[in-house]
Amino acid sequence: MDNLNNLIEGFGHILTPINLLYAFVGVTVGTAVGVLPGIGPAMTLALLLPITFGLDPTQAMILFCGVFYGGMYGGSTTSILLNTPGESSSVVTALEGNKMAKAGRAAQALATAAIGSFVAGTIATLLLAFVMPQVVAFAIKLGSPDYLAIIMLAFVGAAAVLGSSRIRGFASLLIGLAIGIVGIDRVTGQQRMTFDLPQLADGIDIVVVAVGLFAVGEALWVAAHLRRKAGSVIPVGKPWMGREDWRRSWKPWLRGTALGFPFGAIPAGGAEVPTFLSYVTERKLTKHPEEFGKGAIEGVAGPEAANNASAAGTLVPLLAIGLPTNATAAIMLSALQGWGLDPGPLLIEKQPVLVWTLVASLFVGNTMLLLLNLPLAPAWAKLLQIPRPYLYAGILFFAAMGAWTVNGQAFDLYLLLAIGLLGFAIRRFGFPVLPLIIGVILAPIAELHLRRSLQLSHGDLSGLVGGPVSWVCYAVIAVAILWPLIARLIRTAGGNGGPGSGPGQHTTISTEASA
Amino acid sequence: MSTRTTTRLAAVVAIGALGLSACGATKKDSPTAGSTAAGDSKPATGLQIMVPNSPGGGYDTTARTAAKVMEDAKITGSIQVFNLPGAGGTVGLQRVVNEKGNGKLGMLMGLGVVGASHTQKSEAKLSDTTPIARLIEEAGAIVVPKASPYKDINQLVDAWKKDPAKINVGGGSSPGGPDHLLPMQLAKAVGIDPKTVSYISYDGGGELLPAILGNKINFGASGFGEFLPQVKAGSVRVLAVTSEQRIPALKDVPTMKESGIDFTFTNWRGIVAPPGISEADKKVWVDALTKMHDTQAWKDAEAKYGWTDAFQAGDEFGAFLKAQDQSVSEILQNLGLAS
Repeated sequence: MDNLNNLIEGFGHILTPINLLYAFVGVTVGTAVGVLPGIGPAMTLALLLPITFGLDPTQAMILFCGVFYGGMYGGSTTSILLNTPGESSSVVTALEGNKMAKAGRAAQALATAAIGSFVAGTIATLLLAFVMPQVVAFAIKLGSPDYLAIIMLAFVGAAAVLGSSRIRGFASLLIGLAIGIVGIDRVTGQQRMTFDLPQLADGIDIVVVAVGLFAVGEALWVAAHLRRKAGSVIPVGKPWMGREDWRRSWKPWLRGTALGFPFGAIPAGGAEVPTFLSYVTERKLTKHPEEFGKGAIEGVAGPEAANNASAAGTLVPLLAIGLPTNATAAIMLSALQGWGLDPGPLLIEKQPVLVWTLVASLFVGNTMLLLLNLPLAPAWAKLLQIPRPYLYAGILFFAAMGAWTVNGQAFDLYLLLAIGLLGFAIRRFGFPVLPLIIGVILAPIAELHLRRSLQLSHGDLSGLVGGPVSWVCYAVIAVAILWPLIARLIRTAGGNGGPGSGPGQHTTISTEASA
Repeated sequence: MSTRTTTRLAAVVAIGALGLSACGATKKDSPTAGSTAAGDSKPATGLQIMVPNSPGGGYDTTARTAAKVMEDAKITGSIQVFNLPGAGGTVGLQRVVNEKGNGKLGMLMGLGVVGASHTQKSEAKLSDTTPIARLIEEAGAIVVPKASPYKDINQLVDAWKKDPAKINVGGGSSPGGPDHLLPMQLAKAVGIDPKTVSYISYDGGGELLPAILGNKINFGASGFGEFLPQVKAGSVRVLAVTSEQRIPALKDVPTMKESGIDFTFTNWRGIVAPPGISEADKKVWVDALTKMHDTQAWKDAEAKYGWTDAFQAGDEFGAFLKAQDQSVSEILQNLGLAS
């Protein structure tokens, strides 16, 4: 229990007024940049970097971690209230969160996001403190075939959310894949589907796609119906989570943490895939499948826990071996180098005080985030009382600002409008949104790992199967696909298979429901 | 009148600099700062440096550090550093070429932009720009996993020559980037057809490192800085560095030349300006960067970030840039990645 002593010592270091102040500034700034679409924690840290060289490294890292956690949290606020995801990791939150907000349950959605983030952050930080070396040893063994298998599993999960019509679901997925493929091909360095527009060479940013589809698409939809239909006033709900909300939230929080943490820790994990897996899992496991798509609290609780747990997971390889797994971590790494510290396998041995103070600061930052955001939830929720023309003008302003900030070019605004029109069209013709988003996020990653696996094996197909992780994934996929068949066999053989709760069950229901 | 104003201004600036240096009496760079400020020309104002990729990257750090050193030493007025990322730097390159005659704009660039201008079939060419100066460089390194059977670079090269397609090379950049050009040029130097090289592109050092640690590739080619902590911990081995001389941080690692392979390769960074700027504007940039290069603050920054000094200004840099552009273009055409 050497780690425990170190951690307690870490708390001793952070609990000074000045360090607490840095933690507070960090989470406040982080929440603010999370709320503003387009400005991510990575960019904020890059801009803060020159200022922090004057600070003590420990204090600067406390500040950075505050920004990082705060950003993960703040992104959910605009997702829920305005249907405008601030970060790619909170895209999924908008799906159910905004529906909850429209049903007058914005405060509950914000609260479950805040508490879920806190629970996930705390558990993940504990994991970070105690299983760091083991996690890293595991993470390094993963190769492209394993990532490919994980993503294939996610694609099969996507089948569950294709919506009421399979044709429309697949069409939506394919539109997403097409958008996801735009840009420079990573294997050959050549441009694809960029129509000779240099602005498209780096692909279409997921924030622009999500904001366009959700916020602009919806604003157009509302505008198109404003005269024909009397606006439905958003009801004022209760300010706090009820008993039922708690009962339905705690399991998704834990499951979201379990999904998010390992994804943050593995080199090509990231926060998007686990939020999406969490959403699919909750949708399958829920006792209220009819609420999904209309504002199910599980669909907010799970993904929000997942993205915060993934943020803590990111620090595992960073602190354990000096390996940054995302842009934010890469900037923290360069900061450490700037102070003459050697982030790497020896950091924990050489700088135990820094590492453990940092871990302790994550706990403190998390608690501060909860204290900062929970009381604000009912206040934020009142924002929706603004009359609709003003509210949507505000949403469009935020959306445009978000798209602009990603790259600072006017082109992205036209792109935003074009994707907004697409969003309007898919709403008009009843296409589901989620498969499209999945396509945009997962297509490029899947393609990269598929091609890299084949390159590594020199074209041999056996290279597509990697280590134990890929076996497990393919086994789960096989069961999920074959389950309806197996279930039928069991039923005919045993006579009473009953309405089982296997993983394939809801897949069949949701894809065939009203086909 | 104007001369007098200039002198007065210089005096004020000098006093200001002295005042500042008095505050930070322990700073080593104060005398340099004072003396440059008292120089004959007044500080250039309104300069802008564009960074053709995102904040926090190598180009960005170099640009912001250079701007800060020049501002602090009063070599220039405040310099605006801004990012215009896209298409491996060619979006920024296009902007520089479009800003013909704008003597206030500079772009931080390097070998990566040279490669991208060919792979992205960019209309704007580096040969259109006005070369100002090369600032720094970083040597490449050939890295193998701890468990690798190759103990020195010659064993690796022999095995590579025997069956080039069977050896997987990983690098932290897309084709056309420095980590891709390094193994391709090395292959060419040792008599392997670059077309047969199995290059696997990773997204920067953050993805390349686990591939090496996890023994997924046979060797990695990248800047040496990325691996230093792992080398110290003994989890990877550096077989050779590609610089002329050994690297102080890796003094036990031989250069390629010492190992009998006539090959050098460095990833460099420098500054170019738009086409058609006046000689006076060009001189302002060259002078400012030359003065910056002489400050202690810049030397400290180089030491801090592990950059190797490679200062080269004006026409000398122009000739170097032209030669680089030529050799990169040849190898990429050979690979079918550029036309």
